[in-house]
Amino acid sequence: MKFRLVVLFSILLYSTSLELNAQSYQNAAHHPCLKCHSNQSYSFHNSVTNKEMKRLMNPYYILDTVAMTAGVHKQFDCTDCHSSEYGTYPHQANLKLEPLSTCLDCHGGDASFAKYQFERIDEEFKKSVHYKAYGDNFTCTKCHSQHTYKATARTSDNVLEIVDYSNKMCLSCHNDMKKYKLVSGHDNPKLVQIHEWLPNQELHFQHVRCIECHTEVVDSLMVSHDILPKEKALRKCVECHSADSRLKASLYKYQNLQKRSEKGDLNTVLANESYIIGSHQSPILKLASIIIFLLTLIGIAIHSFFRIIKKK
Amino acid sequence: MSAIEKIYLYPLWLRIWHGFNALGIITLIVTGISMQSSIESAHVVGFNMIVNIHNVAGIIVTLSYFFYFIGNIVTPNGKYYIIKPQGFLKKPIKQAIYYAWGMFHGMTAPFPISEKRKFNPLQKYIYIIVMYMAVPVVIITGIALLFPEIIIDKVYTFSGVFVTAIFHSAMGFFISIFLVIHLYIASIGKSPLTNFKSIINGWHQVH
Repeated sequence: MKFRLVVLFSILLYSTSLELNAQSYQNAAHHPCLKCHSNQSYSFHNSVTNKEMKRLMNPYYILDTVAMTAGVHKQFDCTDCHSSEYGTYPHQANLKLEPLSTCLDCHGGDASFAKYQFERIDEEFKKSVHYKAYGDNFTCTKCHSQHTYKATARTSDNVLEIVDYSNKMCLSCHNDMKKYKLVSGHDNPKLVQIHEWLPNQELHFQHVRCIECHTEVVDSLMVSHDILPKEKALRKCVECHSADSRLKASLYKYQNLQKRSEKGDLNTVLANESYIIGSHQSPILKLASIIIFLLTLIGIAIHSFFRIIKKK
Repeated sequence: MSAIEKIYLYPLWLRIWHGFNALGIITLIVTGISMQSSIESAHVVGFNMIVNIHNVAGIIVTLSYFFYFIGNIVTPNGKYYIIKPQGFLKKPIKQAIYYAWGMFHGMTAPFPISEKRKFNPLQKYIYIIVMYMAVPVVIITGIALLFPEIIIDKVYTFSGVFVTAIFHSAMGFFISIFLVIHLYIASIGKSPLTNFKSIINGWHQVH
């Protein structure tokens, strides 16, 4: 009996340890790194003064463990990417100089990631203002946090959620004086002011992504990474507010969104989060209106014909 | 009939309103269609300009609608819009039959225009639907689209702004169809131009 219990207990222990990596962020208090790096402050024993110390954590090194458990890299542990020497504290100074893997080190040239087109994204990115301003120091992680990134545009069926997630990436620097200045060398322009020309600014910001106007749309890429200099940003309403809207090639082209619109015709018409202008954005209503208009004209023509014949 | 009989049917205030409203509505229809197919029209007048014209015309038509609405309350003109329960369906059907068949077969107009009856029953119903249902919907949705932040975010699972826009353009389309038929029916008079003259000088010619 005792033996059986031991076996059962071992199996249970083993099966929970299988999930340990993925679950470890949730148990931040017991994680060797996150017990400090998920908190505002950390404590350690100073062996020189032989005192317990409590210090503030550098705010840029505090990790959001909730977001990490939802992120695309959730199955990795810290030391899969960072040196295992971080296991000791104080961390050795030269660890700061360790070269970290770039996104392409793992994602490049791998057939399982081919659909994400990492190499083409890299090509496009090298043309962007971001690369021109900061060169190789402008890594993917400046926008796509390696710790918490979620492929929202590919998974969400809610346009507003996609927009919000995408715009927060831009705002994390463009609305942050220190981060912006680090890259550009000058103060960040006030976004509300420079977009003053845009009618219904707030609604635009909620319903379309910054990149809709600030990138060159490339049909074969999900998201163009060629962020344009501000002089080349789009300022023409009709580029989006037209039957042949640019948004169809960008924000609305995600399959996950299109799938949602396939649920039913009425749904297609009304569940559309887009507001481009008028009912002509819906092919059914457009067709119906043309038919009704033509029938009216035909009716009038027939009536006029009889009036002329009967001289009425 | 001896001499041409004339009735003063359209008082000055009504004609002024009608003129403003007509110009406003035509401007709104033209600019509205233009916005729906903006790429094509962008070559003639810029989209931004079209939007501005549509907004201004919308405000003018809204103000003129209130003028009409109040006019119909304070003057006797409002009585022409009252429907009586007798012959609720029979009367307009009779008028429709007259337009479709009777007028070509020597039938006299079943509801001739008089000082007591400015509109025939079919006309009355359509005017009520247009002026007291369609136009108010267009005005309300139009104001909402002018200040989109006041629109509720979601109607069930649908985007509030999108639903409002659909209502606005669908009602706008209905009003355009009304306008086409209105202009055509107006040509059925003593001569095709008689009724157009009447709405300018106020005198209706009985035939």
